[in-house]
Amino acid sequence: MVQTHKYDVVIVGAGGAGMRAALESGQRTRTAVLTKLYPTRSHTGAAQGGMCAALANVEEDNWEWHTFDTVKGGDYLVDQDAAEVMAKEAIDAVLDLEKMGLPFNRTEEGRIDQRRFGGHTRNHGEAAVRRSCFAADRTGHMILQTLYQQCIKHNVEFYNEFYVLDVLLTDGRASGVVAYELATGEIHVFNAKSIIFASGGFGKVFRTTSNAHTLTGDGMGIVWRKGLPLEDMEFFQFHPTGLAGLGVLLSEAARGEGGILRNSENERFMERYAPTIKDLAPRDMVARAMANEVREGRGAGPEKAYVYLDLTHLPKEQIDAKLPDITEFARTYLGVEPYTEMIPVFPTAHYAMGGVPTNIKGEVLSDNETVVPGLYAAGEVACVSVHGANRLGTNSLLDINVFGRRAGIYAAEYARTVGFEELPETPEKYVVDQIEMLRDAGGSERVAAIRAELQATMDINAQVYRDEGSLKQALSDIEGLKARYVNISVQDKGKRFNTDLLEAIELGFLLDLAEVLVVSALARNESRGGHYREDYPNRDDVNFMRHTMAYRQEDGTVRLDYKPVVQTRYEPMERKY
Amino acid sequence: MDVTVKILRYNPEVSEEAKWESYQVTAEPTDRVLDALHKVKWDLDGSLTFRRSCAHGVCGSDAMRINGKNRLACKTLIKDVNPSQPITVEPIKGLPVLKDLVVDMEPFFDAYRAVMPFLVTDGNEPTRERLQSPEDRERFDDTTKCILCAACTTSCPVYWTDGQYFGPQAIVGAHRFIFDSRDEGTAQRLEVLNDKEGVWRCRTTFNCTEACPRGIEVTKAIQEVKRALIFRR
Repeated sequence: MVQTHKYDVVIVGAGGAGMRAALESGQRTRTAVLTKLYPTRSHTGAAQGGMCAALANVEEDNWEWHTFDTVKGGDYLVDQDAAEVMAKEAIDAVLDLEKMGLPFNRTEEGRIDQRRFGGHTRNHGEAAVRRSCFAADRTGHMILQTLYQQCIKHNVEFYNEFYVLDVLLTDGRASGVVAYELATGEIHVFNAKSIIFASGGFGKVFRTTSNAHTLTGDGMGIVWRKGLPLEDMEFFQFHPTGLAGLGVLLSEAARGEGGILRNSENERFMERYAPTIKDLAPRDMVARAMANEVREGRGAGPEKAYVYLDLTHLPKEQIDAKLPDITEFARTYLGVEPYTEMIPVFPTAHYAMGGVPTNIKGEVLSDNETVVPGLYAAGEVACVSVHGANRLGTNSLLDINVFGRRAGIYAAEYARTVGFEELPETPEKYVVDQIEMLRDAGGSERVAAIRAELQATMDINAQVYRDEGSLKQALSDIEGLKARYVNISVQDKGKRFNTDLLEAIELGFLLDLAEVLVVSALARNESRGGHYREDYPNRDDVNFMRHTMAYRQEDGTVRLDYKPVVQTRYEPMERKY
Repeated sequence: MDVTVKILRYNPEVSEEAKWESYQVTAEPTDRVLDALHKVKWDLDGSLTFRRSCAHGVCGSDAMRINGKNRLACKTLIKDVNPSQPITVEPIKGLPVLKDLVVDMEPFFDAYRAVMPFLVTDGNEPTRERLQSPEDRERFDDTTKCILCAACTTSCPVYWTDGQYFGPQAIVGAHRFIFDSRDEGTAQRLEVLNDKEGVWRCRTTFNCTEACPRGIEVTKAIQEVKRALIFRR
């Protein structure tokens, strides 16, 4: 039984970007939000440190400096027009959230308080600036809750635990999506004029990651299988301070509040790597510095496998007021008391800078410039590209608010100007076939085993340090795993809440995206931002000042093309902090 | 170490009866109960069904009854639940069970939505932010931590027996706005909570406070809402 629904706008994903889009679209036209979770489970809620905007509440600041920091932080792979939009609209984005009720921390005057964050500086790099607006170390939680509360207020229509598995295109225009209802196993076809993907990232290709189990790149995978490109997939951010061994995120706010990274010799090693802003250098530089300390034998712990985040010199009251959650993570999961003990930390896979290419309206592109009418993307699933080769801390919460809002507005406006496109014949066929094939498959391979091997090879071969050899190893491992994937079986043959089947589908997306990441990384013979090639340790603006555009070919292999970076006012310079 | 996990299984596609199944897995003392459940699902029985997402206690997906107490499986370490004995895992109580550890969350979210859990303001919006002193911001800090996991509501004996009581979470959700100096919807919200199925059904058993994985003083929040009803009217 296939059920059919009709909405002007369908939004896929109910994290920050999806709900921010829904608030705009829902007030303009008939909108539905489809999410494979409950909205409040989305990973926006795990973001901690803040959202930058040049409010200048506590010291001089302006959005042009924010734009510059974003461009420089992204190692000049940022599209400068998009960065300018984001930094300029950041101010209203923060104020909008406050008006929706978000409980920001306050200054003595009652204004929104601001603190320092990695890579955010005054006057083009002079010194760290207080730009991040925050609510303790649970800013993402507050954003997610506030947006959900507003969705309740405005009666946004949600389809919870609906897993979107296909996007429908009719003559090159978006016409709908096909979803699998987890509770019943039923297939639903949604006919829509505009579709917004806001389904998040794919951190689960790595073993050590701050990402939720559910972040399996579904949106990117769906678009990819339609033959649409993915941009800059080799750029994955490794957050410096994951809890050692676990990958649980400890906010950069810990360093913004004065925390210091130390090696086994108790040395503040960031002084050697970034003499001006030290521990508050951008994440790619700090993560590499940490990995380098460990490689050179200055790691701590029984296996010398991590470094320390030292908060012991901070007053208890400051820790309790500004960093309550992350210190609790250290206590709960490692049994470490941050008041008196240093916290073992190591880089953790955190954020995809790349994704579905869009323009600044959130419209999805089918090549370097052609828009797919009716198809939009915002947030981590998208690449607009404001993060370039390395995202600055807090700019993801900003991205979802600015570009989520834009996608919502433009998608609704487009929907008001066009009629419904007819759906392709038997629109559900691809999804039904895929599900039946997986559910009935009687192979001998286990989903969990293939996923574990994928994550292991990605951690070893495609992490902070890469070279041609390691990437080729990863690629051959992925090819082997893809061959085995064809031979999997799921044990749960039922229809009701079949999460066994769900994980099998998710693994298919992960394998595809890991391959795109590695193929893109192999071709980029330079080091830039989060992509560091030991065999090509320097940035190469002559040959690689361009975005990677990956396309899926008929036979499933990856074809690479390139797209120029949009440059407005900033000439590429060497990146020093 | 070897650990036995005893799980209350239920799948109406197979049988209307729920029954306990035991599984042996190896786990580190510092592993989460969620890790043990994953081992069962990934290595032993793929049909075991539960919700989870972030795996570090912020998304609220995996509240369940572990050794008889409501907890998040991802925030409970094996060493803290006496692993020398079988660890029992069952769905949270008071919401219809759909399959294994998955319950129908809709009644829970309905109660939350009923208390107007959003900022209500009158008049024109200021051009900049509304001002709020750090003290006024601190006043409702505790209840902003809620992750809607339902551990409190489904630990409440009144909620188990009274199908209409809003439950502790909804009151926490209301508290967060009632004590927010920017909010102007308090009168309306208190009216909802003054209902016979509202705050007055609370019998102050403190189960909710004990169950909250975020350390929210739930019972205290409920008492503050009761006091607000008495003194503000």
